[in-house]
Amino acid sequence: MTATLTRGAERIHAAFDGAKAEGRAAFIPFMTAGYPSAEEFPAVADALLAHADLLEVGIPYSDPLGDGPTIQRASEQALAGGTSTRRTLALVKDLRQRHDTPIVIMTYVNPVYAVGPREFMRLSKDAGVDGLILPDLPPDQDLEIADLAAEHGLAVTFLIAPTSTPERVRLVADACTGFLYAVSVTGVTGAREGTALGEVPAMLALAREHARVPVAVGFGVKDAATARQVAGVADGVVVGSAFINAVKAGKDVEALAASIAEGCRR
Amino acid sequence: MSLTLPSYPQPDGRGRYGRFGGRYVPETLIPALDELEAAYRAAKTDPAFLNELDRLFREFVGRPSPLYLAQRLTEHAGGAKIYLKREDFNYTGAHKINNCLAQALLAVRMGKRRVIAETGAGQHGVASATAAALLGLDCVVYMGAEDIRRQALNVFRMRLLGAEVREVTSGTSTLKDATNEAIRDWVTNVRDTFYILGSVVGPHPYPAMVRDFQAVIGEEVKVQLQAVEGRVTPDAIVACVGGGSNAIGIFAPYAYLPAGERPRLIGTEAAGEGVESGRHAASVAGGRIGVLHGSMMYLLNDDEGQIVPPHSISAGLDYPGIGPEHCHYSETGVAEYVPVTDAQALEALQLLTRLEGIIPALESAHAIYHAVRLAQELGPDGVIVVNLSGRGDKDVAEVMRLLEMERDQGLLDKEVEQVTLEVLA
Repeated sequence: MTATLTRGAERIHAAFDGAKAEGRAAFIPFMTAGYPSAEEFPAVADALLAHADLLEVGIPYSDPLGDGPTIQRASEQALAGGTSTRRTLALVKDLRQRHDTPIVIMTYVNPVYAVGPREFMRLSKDAGVDGLILPDLPPDQDLEIADLAAEHGLAVTFLIAPTSTPERVRLVADACTGFLYAVSVTGVTGAREGTALGEVPAMLALAREHARVPVAVGFGVKDAATARQVAGVADGVVVGSAFINAVKAGKDVEALAASIAEGCRR
Repeated sequence: MSLTLPSYPQPDGRGRYGRFGGRYVPETLIPALDELEAAYRAAKTDPAFLNELDRLFREFVGRPSPLYLAQRLTEHAGGAKIYLKREDFNYTGAHKINNCLAQALLAVRMGKRRVIAETGAGQHGVASATAAALLGLDCVVYMGAEDIRRQALNVFRMRLLGAEVREVTSGTSTLKDATNEAIRDWVTNVRDTFYILGSVVGPHPYPAMVRDFQAVIGEEVKVQLQAVEGRVTPDAIVACVGGGSNAIGIFAPYAYLPAGERPRLIGTEAAGEGVESGRHAASVAGGRIGVLHGSMMYLLNDDEGQIVPPHSISAGLDYPGIGPEHCHYSETGVAEYVPVTDAQALEALQLLTRLEGIIPALESAHAIYHAVRLAQELGPDGVIVVNLSGRGDKDVAEVMRLLEMERDQGLLDKEVEQVTLEVLA
């Protein structure tokens, strides 16, 4: 399948391979574009990119039903500050001037449809985006999105959850070209008390039977300790709300990123 | 007589009504939706389920609801006969109870002991809390902070019934945000929780299932109209649409008839301060295709896909989208959707109250307003059925506040000024 890999997929897989060669799980921080403001976002992103293998940038959306209160509030603040889909892609394009780390965009299907799937992909490609994550788009809902993404060199990532049946895991794994995103718990994004691996190992075992792409785990990873648990079983670790909380509290984001990146070592 | 649940040609196997509908939800919920679809399919033809639902419809809800010829309203309108399908007679005060009892029975059948619901005006929340009390289920209702203010009495009723009402302060603090929170709860507790969705929106199979449970309204109209008019089909049916469950309930039994045999089906959308004002909840007239709460539909959203906060005098219509089957009806011409403003609804509420002694819900008043105009257009040989989806008890405090505000600002419509001033005197 190497022949059919898009440029974005190749870059994402290379990032996972690079981490693996160093005995780590890939560290994938998330940040809402335009948070805490459009002006301050680049510095926050730079701090994360200093340690990231892959950066996930969220397009702020008014009704993010897959996200918990932390990311929703961040989105509301970013939207109030004027960050839109096009502005987000401009921010990514700006990051591209300084960083070669792969960047994936996280958003919901409505902003993609509103801009128009083809136009959205064109703008994303132009901004230097490598891949897409759409948490409210199961892969069997709309095949056009994945086709258009591929046409524009972008990789797509779909999600599996602890409730996913073996048939669903197979279907989702088959559709992923970037990495497979395993949601660690039933629930929305956000740091939790007492995060434990729980159902993750069994879910990952199932995912690995089918996936031809790396498998990352997210939801509930908030520090080096939880990252280390996940890094023991997954190819990558996604951390989002913890960074938004850190920005909000005025904490040193780069220090937190460094600590969690260290936690991703096996 | 035992109940049968209808089978309609839509949606297709993927939960689509033309290009509308579908399942745009986090992967976590897909297995739960598959499970729900299978459970519903089995229940739909199971005599035990149908007999129990039929018994509750008759003995608990008070079905069939009357079909009432509104003589004084008909005289006032000066045209077609206006019949009111009295869903306001239902226990708990609106059509919502039909769907809630059916879904709660399904929850019991599926072994779920916890139900959640979202509510705007509170009618669906009260109906859910009532069904949960009746069947001994735990119940959590999500409600926007703004709606909690507007519908304090319904909040108290829910709590009295043993439900927990959770205030939602995210986003615009109204129905769409309450729906987001209910979906988040469901994503989190999907293994032991049944989501009682209140309208013909959300991911498949909800729009189809809610329609089937509400179709009892239209099926009764067929029988009742035959008895009084000697025909099953009126010339027109008018119903208000927010998400659109009461409208689908009365439309669907007629919507799949061949074009020549179908009555005019008219949904009245909440035009708020006017579609051109931008302050409205008219998704067909003032929205465009988008995805919210798991379904593709007409939606109030800007050119970057951010949801535009809706506005309506009626908390029950204050929703930025409209059910996917309505969208398909609109696109294929099966039904028409017309905007009715806040002021027109308020006027119609007073009109019906004065002429017939029936205080309608502000939602239903939108339909009454259009029916009066339509009666003139159809002329005296015509027959119109209006779905009077709920009663106005929940709205009277808000109506009083609005009328006082209009009086104080000198904004009263000349036609209704006299009546209003009398009421407020």
